[in-house]
Amino acid sequence: MAIGVKVMKRPGTKVSYVRATLQGMALTLQHLFRPKVTMQYPEEKSSQDWTLSPRWRGTHRMLTDEQGRAKCVACGLCPQICPANCIKLVPGEDEAGNRYPLIYEIDEFRCVFCGYCQEVCPEEAIHVGVHYENSEFSRDRFVYDLERLCAQTHPVSTLWDPSDPKGE
Amino acid sequence: MSVFLVASAIKIIVVFTVIMVGVALLTLAERRICAWMQDRLGPNRVGPQGLLQPAADGLKNLVKEETLPAQADRVLFMLAPTMSFVPALLTFAVIPFATPLPTRWGDVDMVVADLPVGFLYILAFGSLGVYGIVLAGWSSNNKYSLLGGLRATAQMISYEIAMGLSTVAVLLIAGNVTLTDVIAKQSQSLFTWNVFPLSLAYFIFLVAAFAETNRLPFDLPEAEGELIAGYHTEYSAMKFSMFYIAEYSNMVTASALMTTLFFGGWDIPFTTWDNTPPWTILKTLATLTMFSAKVVLFLFLYIWVRWTLPRFRYDQLMALGWKVMLPLALTYVTVIATAIWFLHDGLGWTYDTRFALALFALNLVLAVPLFFVLDRGRIVAGSVVEA
Repeated sequence: MAIGVKVMKRPGTKVSYVRATLQGMALTLQHLFRPKVTMQYPEEKSSQDWTLSPRWRGTHRMLTDEQGRAKCVACGLCPQICPANCIKLVPGEDEAGNRYPLIYEIDEFRCVFCGYCQEVCPEEAIHVGVHYENSEFSRDRFVYDLERLCAQTHPVSTLWDPSDPKGE
Repeated sequence: MSVFLVASAIKIIVVFTVIMVGVALLTLAERRICAWMQDRLGPNRVGPQGLLQPAADGLKNLVKEETLPAQADRVLFMLAPTMSFVPALLTFAVIPFATPLPTRWGDVDMVVADLPVGFLYILAFGSLGVYGIVLAGWSSNNKYSLLGGLRATAQMISYEIAMGLSTVAVLLIAGNVTLTDVIAKQSQSLFTWNVFPLSLAYFIFLVAAFAETNRLPFDLPEAEGELIAGYHTEYSAMKFSMFYIAEYSNMVTASALMTTLFFGGWDIPFTTWDNTPPWTILKTLATLTMFSAKVVLFLFLYIWVRWTLPRFRYDQLMALGWKVMLPLALTYVTVIATAIWFLHDGLGWTYDTRFALALFALNLVLAVPLFFVLDRGRIVAGSVVEA
């Protein structure tokens, strides 16, 4: 007993098995010789057709001033706004009354890379970066301390501006 | 006698090794060609151009865990991979792959076993391959495996007949079941290759060979979408690998068969230099190269078709097998037998290029309505249950 299969009643001119098969074979044969789209990752990191977007939000970077000190004034806005609660900040103050972070740590495992910290920062100190190669051999290496955040050199992310949606 | 034994032993070892290495490379070729057809690069990291990828895969399969389902039939479960693997290799034993090699101890035939009934041997062992698949499906005690095994049986039986009938035409021309004679008859000129006088038989054989080797568009026994992996769902590690090797050795054997039966075997076209004694090592090497080239061409065809066509639905498969291929093969054998009788006895021609061209013309005439009907696809379109 045949299995009940719904069969489309097509006009004879629209039915094709042999021709369709040959057309398909010709198509796959053409593709065999076309240039390949694969990017061979470790050797080749970007191509003409594809680069990382300037708005990519990757691991953080702390910008520094001319003396090499972190620009951070330990205002506490970034741990406040952080939805993942991954920024640990202990503020300190020197003799001149300048505030600076005693401890500034970001747990990159908890971070959701929303970029709010960069958006909220009044000093433009903390940034999310255009960077994606973050592998480490142990979990605790993923808690970036202040020294490490300042030592990052990758470009920082350009956040989306609602008044200039296309980045012009 | 001892020369024969030693020569046979060497031939067995060499042929086995070449097929195993060939199968390994074929798995790589499949992955790379598939990738190229999809505008990708495919595995190219292990060794130059990924040539060591099969070795890496093999090593991985050797060290992986062997699983044994608790409810499985142990003996058959262990036996099934071997049973699908051995017939695939055995079939290759009777295929002549080059002209005889002259040695100090006389000419050595370049075929592992030059059986007088080589052809029947192929038909016999060709159908044995399904046992491995069916037993694997049954012994796994898994409904998906069982369905895969059942489908394999149905498919094999359906297409075995068409395949056998299509090769009857070859026998009608060769007048003999020895494969060496089949090749000798074909090697007169390019047009005496059986693919010309028996084009439609070749078409039937090609379709049936795809079905027999369970390759797309006929890979219903493993149909990943519906049956997980069909008959080898429960297999892991080296036992799984054995099914893989079996599939690819089947492809090699089927390609070698197509070459032998329809494309003149080791014959080099446009010259008779290679068909006539005295045999030399050069001739052996040249014909061996020719044979390999033809086999590689068909292997490429296998891969090409696999990455182009979608899978048949089960009822379409059965409809194509029983309603198209079987009647077609039967009719074709009748027609071609009549034609050969007319040309041979009626006109008194012997088999040569003229004879082959006359049959080729007949084939072309028959092919036009056949492909027109096949193209319209009324027969394979499916069936509807009456309300």
